[in-house]
Amino acid sequence: MAHSYTPGLAVADRTVVRRRRLLPLPGTLLVKNGDVVTSHQAVARAELPGKVYPINLANQLSIAPDEITDYLVKKQGDAVQKDEILAENKPFIKWFKTEVRSPVAGTIESLSTVTGQVLLREPPRVLNLLAYIDGRVVETIPQQGVVVETACSLVQGIFGIGGEVWGELVLAVTSPDEPLGPAHLAPNMKGKIVVGGSFLPAETMARAKELGIAGLVVGGIHDKDLRALLGYDLGVAITGTEQVGFTLILTEGFGTIPMASKTFRLLSRHAGQKASISGSTQIRAGVIRPEIIIPRSSSAGQAPSEMQRAGIRLGDTVRIIRDPLFGKIGEVSGLPSDLTRIPTESEVRVLEVTFAEGTRAVIPRTNIEVIEGA
Amino acid sequence: MTRSSSTPPVIDYPLNVIVATDCGSTTTKAILIEKVGDEYRQTYRGEAPTTVEAPFEDVTRGVLNAIAEIEELSKRKILDGEKIITPCRDARTGVDIYISTSSAGGGLQMMVTGVVQNMTGESAQRAALGAGAIVIDVLASNDGRLPHEKIERIRSMRPDMILMSGGTDGGAVTHVAEMAEYIAAAEPRPRFGVTYKLPLIYAGNKDAQPQVRRILGEKTALEVTENIRPVLERENLAPARNKIHDLFLEHVMQQAPGYKKLIEMTGAPIMPTPAAVGLIMETIARREHLNLIGVDIGGATTDVFSVFDGVFNRTVSANLGMSYSISNVLAEAGLANIMRWVPFTIDEQTLRNRIKNKMIRPTTIPQTLDELQIEHAISREALRLALIHHKSLATGLKGIQQERTISDVFEQQTSGRTLIDMLTLNLIVGSGGILSHAPRRIQSMLMMVDAYEPLGCTMLSVDSIFMMPHLGVLSTINEQAATDVFVRDCMIYLGTCIAPIGQGKEGDLCADYEIVFPDGRLVKDQLAFGELRLFALEPGMKANITLRPAKSVNLGTGAGAAMTREVMGGAVGLLLDGRGRPLQLPAEQSARVAALKKWFNAVGLYPQG
Repeated sequence: MAHSYTPGLAVADRTVVRRRRLLPLPGTLLVKNGDVVTSHQAVARAELPGKVYPINLANQLSIAPDEITDYLVKKQGDAVQKDEILAENKPFIKWFKTEVRSPVAGTIESLSTVTGQVLLREPPRVLNLLAYIDGRVVETIPQQGVVVETACSLVQGIFGIGGEVWGELVLAVTSPDEPLGPAHLAPNMKGKIVVGGSFLPAETMARAKELGIAGLVVGGIHDKDLRALLGYDLGVAITGTEQVGFTLILTEGFGTIPMASKTFRLLSRHAGQKASISGSTQIRAGVIRPEIIIPRSSSAGQAPSEMQRAGIRLGDTVRIIRDPLFGKIGEVSGLPSDLTRIPTESEVRVLEVTFAEGTRAVIPRTNIEVIEGA
Repeated sequence: MTRSSSTPPVIDYPLNVIVATDCGSTTTKAILIEKVGDEYRQTYRGEAPTTVEAPFEDVTRGVLNAIAEIEELSKRKILDGEKIITPCRDARTGVDIYISTSSAGGGLQMMVTGVVQNMTGESAQRAALGAGAIVIDVLASNDGRLPHEKIERIRSMRPDMILMSGGTDGGAVTHVAEMAEYIAAAEPRPRFGVTYKLPLIYAGNKDAQPQVRRILGEKTALEVTENIRPVLERENLAPARNKIHDLFLEHVMQQAPGYKKLIEMTGAPIMPTPAAVGLIMETIARREHLNLIGVDIGGATTDVFSVFDGVFNRTVSANLGMSYSISNVLAEAGLANIMRWVPFTIDEQTLRNRIKNKMIRPTTIPQTLDELQIEHAISREALRLALIHHKSLATGLKGIQQERTISDVFEQQTSGRTLIDMLTLNLIVGSGGILSHAPRRIQSMLMMVDAYEPLGCTMLSVDSIFMMPHLGVLSTINEQAATDVFVRDCMIYLGTCIAPIGQGKEGDLCADYEIVFPDGRLVKDQLAFGELRLFALEPGMKANITLRPAKSVNLGTGAGAAMTREVMGGAVGLLLDGRGRPLQLPAEQSARVAALKKWFNAVGLYPQG
C-alpha cells in the first residue's frame, strides 16, 4: 500500500558516510584502496584540455581557405609561443607583408581548408581532486576517482552556498536562539567553521569575510541579505560554486529561526574538532543538501548509513516547514487516515503535532519534516 | 523497409484495456483505460515515487509500484511478478497494451546550432522544442559570442543531444563547417554515460554534409537528415523531429537507469512527456478546428503549446515554476508584479523569505488562505512570463521576402510576427498542480484570465488529473481511445470569458448585454468598467449572449460594433470581464487592494473569512 514518506534532514551523532570523489574527465588515481586520506590530500589528478582559440587565417591574409597551407609557417601539431608567427604572405613589396601571430602559447590543433581556420589549443591545466573528508579509501574507480569513507557525526543543512572547506568547529553563541552578531566573531576564528544560532545578519557576513572565516553554520538568514551577498537574486536552488569568501549553511531556512536544539547540541559537543563542510545544494530530483561532516577517530561497529524510513510514525519528532507555524518542532500525536479540509479548502492528508508547551496543531503531512536520527 | 524506432507499431488486435504511465522527475503516474460499452473511459489511477535515482536506479520499480496501486484499486491482475500481463487473458487479468511517456532525469536536454540566430537558429530551436526537448542553448555564427567563447560554452554544457542546422540547400557551406569545427574542438560530452558518443543530428545545408561527416563523424554519433530550412521561405521540421525521437530512444534512454527494461515492457515507443502533450493538443485543435493555447505549469518548468491556423508551436520556460523555480519567478517578474495580485499588504522581507522557503522545501502546500493567495499571485506571473516567451518564439519565419501591395503602405509589418493572436484564440487549456488542483475551479479560471488577458470571447478548461501525456502517446496507437478519454475524463471545461477591448473610468459603461439561458431565462443588464460578473452555466449547456459595447469598446468586431454569440458553459460558467484590456490595476496600494477584493468577492474566488 502507498504510504506517506517525508524525508528529513540527517542530524546523526554516529554514522558512516561515503563520498564519491570523481574527476570531471578521465585521469590518474593518486591513492589506492585502503589508504588513509586527509581532507586536503589529492586523491586523483586530471589534465583539463586547454582553451581553444580559433583564428581565421584566410580572412586575415585575404586568401582562399584552401590556400592557407601555402602560407603557414607552422604545421598541425606544432607548438607555438605567444606572438610567434603562425602564417605570413610573401608579397613582392615588403610593405604589404601581413603576418598572423599566435595570440596564445599552445599547439596547433587543426587546420581547415574549408573555412580557412586554424585552431590553437592552450597547454592543459592540472586539476587535483582533493579527498574533502578525513577517512579511508574504500573503492577506486579506474581513471575516474575514489570513494572515501569516514565514521563521523553528520548534520545536513537545508540550504547553502559556497564549496567544500574544512577547519576547526567553533561555537560563537551560547544558545540556538541567539543571533550571530558581528561581535561574536574574533580574529582567531580565521580559517575555522563558526556555528551561530537563529540568524545571521548582513553585518556579520561582512565581518566574517573580513576575518577570513572558512564557514558559517546558522539557523536562518533574510533573503535580502543573501541577495546582497551574492549580488543577484538566486532563482533556482542549485549552488556550490559561489565565491563569497566563506561557505554558508542554513540549518532551518529563511528568516530568524532558532537552530533545532538537537543540531545545536550535536555541534556544541564537537566544538574544537575538525569538520568538513560543503554548501552545495541542489533542490531538484536527485536532491543534494549542504552538509557538515565531523570525522570521528573510530568506525568500529558502524555500517554505511543511507537512512531509510518507512514513513511517519506516532511519536516522531517533526519540524513544521510552512507558515504559519514555520520552524516549530513537536511530536506526532495523531495520524488520521481520512482526508481533512484545511483553511484553503483543499482536502489533504494531515497529522496532529503536539508541541513542548502542550498545544496541538493539525498540519498537512507535506508540511512537516521528520528530524532524522532522532 | 526498416521502421524508425519512434514509429508506433501496428496493432492487429482490439485494445480494450490499456495501462499508461508517465514517468515524471518525482512521480510516476499510472492510469487504467477500459472500454465501457462503445466508449473508452479512464477508470483507475495510481502513483508512486519515480525511481531513476539512487538507491533504486531503475525506473521500472516506480512503474511497477504505480501499476500495483491500480491493481489494488481495480482488483484486476495486471502484474505477474515484474512483468505486465499482455494481452488480456480474461475479464479480470492482464491489459491489452502498456504505453509510457517520460521526463525523468530532467527530460531531454538539447543544444542547437544555426548560422543566423533568428533564422536557422530559431528553426532548429522550434524543431527541438516541438520534439519535447529543453533547449539549453542556441549557438549561431552571429550570436555575438567570440569563437573561443562558443567553444567554451559547448564544452561546459552536457547536453543529451545536439541539433545542428544552418544554411539553405545549395548555399554557402563555410559557416556550417566552421560551427562543426567548433563542436569538434570542444569535444562535447553527454550528460549520462561516460563511454558513449554524444548523438548529433545534422539538419542543415545538404551541400555541407560531406564536410560535417568528415569533421564530426568520428567524434560524435552523427546522424544526417533533411535540412530544416531547405529554402528561406519554408521550414521542414518533421524529419529532424523524428530523428530526435529516434535518438532519444536509441541513445539517451538507453543510458538512463532501467530504461532498457522499460522499452521492452512497452507496446509502443516511449515519448518525451512534452512531445506527448503537444500531440494531444494538436489533435484537439485539428479535430475541433480551434486555435488554442495550452499550458502546463509544473514545479520547475512551464510548457506552453499553441496551435494557430494549424501551426503548432511549443516552448518551455525552463526556470518558471511553482516550487523548484518559484524564486526565479520572483527574480524575473519582480516583486511589484507579484504584489499587484495579492489582496492584502505584506512586507517585502516576509514575502521574500516565504518564497525562498518554498523553494528550499518544494513539496509543501499552502495551509492558510493568505499563503494560497500568494501562490496564486506568483502563478499569474509565471503564466504571464511563459506566454511572453512563447509569443517571441511562435512566430512566422523571419528574414523572408514579403510581397507588398499598395494597401500595405500604412501597415508595414516586418517578417516574423508572432502567430499568437488573442482575438482569434478559441480555447485555453490549463494543466499542472496549481491549475488542476486549485480548491475552487474559478481560481484556475481567473489565474489564466489575469495572466493571459484573453480578448473577445474565449473558452477555458483544465486537465483534471494531468493525463494529457498518457493520452498523447495513446493517440499514436488508438486515436479514438485517446479522444474518448480526453473529452469525458480529462478535460474539464471551466466556461467562457468575454473580455471587451478598451479602457474607461471605473463605473462607466463598457457594454450592454442580454443573455438568454438554456431554460429561456433572459438577463438584461449593463457591464461597467472595473467590473467582473459571473453567471452559472452548467457544463455542456449553451447560452446566447448579445453585447452592445460603448463607442470606443471593441469586442473583436470593431469599435462599438455589437456581437451575438453562443457561449459554452462549464464548471465555473460565463465570466464577463469589464476590467478593460490591456488590464490595468490601480497603482495606489489601498485602491489596488480594494479593487482585487471587489473582483475576488464578485466571483466568489476565496472563502469569506
